[in-house]
Amino acid sequence: MDLLVLILQGVIVSATSLVFAAIGELVVERAGVLNLGLEGMMVLGAIAGFAVTLDTGSYVVGIAAAAVTGAIAASLFGFLTQILLSNQVATGLALTIFGLGLSALLGQGYSGESTEPLAKIHIFFLSDIPIVGPLMFSHDPLVYLSLALAVGVAWFLAKTRTGLILRAIGENHDAAHAIGYSVVGVRMAALLFGGACAGVGGAYLSTVQTPLWVENITAGRGWIALAIVVFSAWRPGRALLGAYLFGGVTIVQLHVQGFGIDIEAQYLSMLPYLVTILVLVLISHDKARISLNAPACLAKPFFVSS
Amino acid sequence: MKHIIRKLITGTATVALAFSIGIASAAAKTKVGFVYVGPIGDHGWSYAHNEGRLAVEKAFGDKVKTTYVENVSEGPDAERVIQQLAQSGHGIIFTTSFGFMNPTLKVAKRFPKVKFEHATGFKRAENVATYSGRFYEGRHVIGLIAGKMTKTNTIGYIASFPIPEVVRGINAAYLAARSVNPAVKFKIIWVSTWVDPGKEADAAKALIDQGADVLMQHTDSPAAIQTAEKKGVFAFGQASDMVKFGPKAQLTAIVDDWGPYYVSRVKAVMDGTWKSQDTWDGIGPGMVVMAPFSKRIPENVRAMAAKARDAIASGKLHPFTGPINKQDGSPWLKAGETAQDGALAGMNFYVEGVEGSLPK
Repeated sequence: MDLLVLILQGVIVSATSLVFAAIGELVVERAGVLNLGLEGMMVLGAIAGFAVTLDTGSYVVGIAAAAVTGAIAASLFGFLTQILLSNQVATGLALTIFGLGLSALLGQGYSGESTEPLAKIHIFFLSDIPIVGPLMFSHDPLVYLSLALAVGVAWFLAKTRTGLILRAIGENHDAAHAIGYSVVGVRMAALLFGGACAGVGGAYLSTVQTPLWVENITAGRGWIALAIVVFSAWRPGRALLGAYLFGGVTIVQLHVQGFGIDIEAQYLSMLPYLVTILVLVLISHDKARISLNAPACLAKPFFVSS
Repeated sequence: MKHIIRKLITGTATVALAFSIGIASAAAKTKVGFVYVGPIGDHGWSYAHNEGRLAVEKAFGDKVKTTYVENVSEGPDAERVIQQLAQSGHGIIFTTSFGFMNPTLKVAKRFPKVKFEHATGFKRAENVATYSGRFYEGRHVIGLIAGKMTKTNTIGYIASFPIPEVVRGINAAYLAARSVNPAVKFKIIWVSTWVDPGKEADAAKALIDQGADVLMQHTDSPAAIQTAEKKGVFAFGQASDMVKFGPKAQLTAIVDDWGPYYVSRVKAVMDGTWKSQDTWDGIGPGMVVMAPFSKRIPENVRAMAAKARDAIASGKLHPFTGPINKQDGSPWLKAGETAQDGALAGMNFYVEGVEGSLPK
């Protein structure tokens, strides 16, 4: 039982950076933009978050810097794809490569440094309840922020007028434009939000999970977050589930090895990716449903012809 | 994806390199080139090689000019980078990753006057020497300490890839730990990566959750040591002294010290005495160094570890001394017999007592 609690705690830590990145990207895609630069924005957020936390000694400032850095990177993407109408796929890939290179450059003076990990909260009584306490009431504040973010985005998309406009723009940007909504404005806002989330996701890795800087610290998590968005059929609740599923399989495969269960380690390492692919295949088998869920204008350029 | 990025980075590095060579003076300096597989900021493997380069600069001052190219991927890029270094008047070039083996030999054929040194490889030529460290000697020392320090009799081991270098490390550490604590068990997790701090930390946490109270790693980032520090268990540094990441957790570290070797080989080029050879040095010649033992290790254990370290250095103790059986119980070494270098270089089996099966 105790071990189960410990495993679940590990899953939560492992999944949190993915939750941030996936939820941010989900909003971007619901607005009809495909930003494949997620990995680049995450890694830039990771170095900004680590460097600023180290230099100022404040996590709040560090995480804020990560969010701003992610948003700046996203605004670059937005300028290129929304104003100059460059191809979204190519620009996103370029942003990832750019982010990895720039973060390596900026991080040169920071490898070999370390900060104290962010403290976990402790609520009187609640955190001490067996099982429930350690699982629900004793994480670092960012875990709760990530959950609040998922709930907030779900509410925003489903229940608010602005959320409706954002979805409308993702479904049919010409119609939304015709009735007077600013397609480019809303998309830029969505991109900035997505960039900020990705930055925080990266910073979670470099300041909380492992408070250190190593080049390419995100190690492909941006791509996993992108897969999780498709996996979720663009629904925040499912994206949360997807991130926890991926984190869960990652942690469980490590434990399986620790127990000495006789399965080739390479298969176990593949497992989180295999599960992601499998679920993707399962939810994609119904073409009608997937096309019903996918924003109709995803990755299509928008321009005013007149 | 990663490949494209590496290419881009190496591309830039090569341009920068060409430029710096263009402006270098043509004085009678010996030019020394280094090719690294990772960033010098990895605080592990490439970092240690770069420390060796700095030692060369320090030893010879104005008489040498060193150049390095980092983040070179193990493929056609490597050949291009090595070729460039050879063309631009470097007298000796160190290529510091296993995957640079064939590119190094190819370029060496075209530049018979340039001396090449390839780390961890096994193919040599008239102008290509090989060198590596006997890191398993260090693993023996940390195995002894771990066996004495564990209270749960469970040692966690974070392994990267099942290559002989890593398998040898596991076996050496296990045999040493068992020799001082017959009840000891190794829990081994293969993470299939050299550097992914998030995954290394996850693996460290999983091992600790399963009862390991001493961690060993054969991955490059300090993430595991950091996790050990957070959870209040012990760990050992890898490739460089990682005490900064775990002041309480690190018991000692196996440090790669390439400096003395690099200095001696550069000197040989200057003197015209360089010859192709195979060097596999350990604690004795100082290529493998143990970081200071933590004060948290009881004094008698520290003394025991120091004694083993010194005995290995003087050649009195070999970490692989029989009787040793393979995992399946078949005999490997007879009583008193020590392992041949050839057998160690290709080690692809666990010794008796290690649990789990070795990934292929």
